[in-house]
Amino acid sequence: MARESNFRNMFLCLLIICLGGSAVMGSVYLITYEPIAAAQAAKVNQAIARVLPEFDNVPALEAYQVLVDGRQVTVYPAQKDGVFAGAAIEAVTTRGFGGPIKVMVGFRPDGTIHNTAVISHTETPGLGDKMDPRKSDFSLQFQGKNPGTFRLAVKKDGGQVDAITAATISSRAFCDVLDLAYRAFIQTDQKEGGKQ
Amino acid sequence: MSRLRIITKGIISGNPIFVLVLGMCPTLGTTTSAVNGLGMGLATTFVLMLSNLVISLIAGLIPSKVRIPSFIVVIAVFVTVVQLIMQAYVPALYETLGLFIPLIVVNCIVLGRAEAFASKNKPLDSFLDGLGSGIGFTLGLTLLGAVRELLGSGAFFGWKMLPGDGMLVFILAPGAFIALGYLMVLFNKFLKA
Repeated sequence: MARESNFRNMFLCLLIICLGGSAVMGSVYLITYEPIAAAQAAKVNQAIARVLPEFDNVPALEAYQVLVDGRQVTVYPAQKDGVFAGAAIEAVTTRGFGGPIKVMVGFRPDGTIHNTAVISHTETPGLGDKMDPRKSDFSLQFQGKNPGTFRLAVKKDGGQVDAITAATISSRAFCDVLDLAYRAFIQTDQKEGGKQ
Repeated sequence: MSRLRIITKGIISGNPIFVLVLGMCPTLGTTTSAVNGLGMGLATTFVLMLSNLVISLIAGLIPSKVRIPSFIVVIAVFVTVVQLIMQAYVPALYETLGLFIPLIVVNCIVLGRAEAFASKNKPLDSFLDGLGSGIGFTLGLTLLGAVRELLGSGAFFGWKMLPGDGMLVFILAPGAFIALGYLMVLFNKFLKA
């Protein structure tokens, strides 16, 4: 039933299938381009809303980048009635067990951590992914702590953080990214303070 | 062979996981919880049905020496479509399954059904064969995921059932092999009885 396998038939067959496949994928890409961008923006906005105390501006519109030790960090400043109300900091660490971990950390104006949200990670499901507040209480221990006085390191390393069972590397990476966000916040805090 | 038998064959006597033992990479990798297994199974079912349908339509036009590359391109197109659609309209599901979706392309069960059934049968039968094998695959993944989740983290579909952390080994790869082995024994025991 199949056509003869000569060069012309094989060439034409593969050419047509690849062209047809590219056309289908291209059109689906165009259709889904905007919803995907919107879904990703919504995810960032949700994370901002979850980690910050009350605010009435749109932090995503005022976002800017800062460099801390050569690592790029995005700052989303929050305001309430025109007064600086803290900032959400989006930072990435590459010290994770399975790859980069991107976290959104919300700080109150005094530098205290308000809340954290994991935006993306590739840690082991069932172990390292417990850093996500939806999966376990691990990240709740940081709420209300000020990294200026609270030692951001797991207890094994002489710090004050209870690590996730069997996921010490992921826990260390989480501390690392919080520390990076805090240092970024201190930089921006001075800037914001100067503005007022 | 009646239409109904085509579907039930994929679920029971030709179950992709417990009888054919195909597609082990996503099987072992994604089944850390019942929900992950279910999601992976449904995504694979969708790809299986559509790729079987399209392949049975075009199989007569493809020279036999370039059959496999042609099938793989068709399958890869559907997988990419599934991935983009999931990312756009169900981002929450994409977050958990995103890493595993590209694995469907290299999943033996999809190519296996294309080669063994769809290329030799009529479109409707091929579509139903994809549906049956997909359901069988989904049931297998969900069952394996449920067992591993229950033993490994003491939960069932995300609901905490047992106190404590559970047996860690069942969440890790070795536990997947152990659980799969015992499930396979039980499944084949009941199949013969």
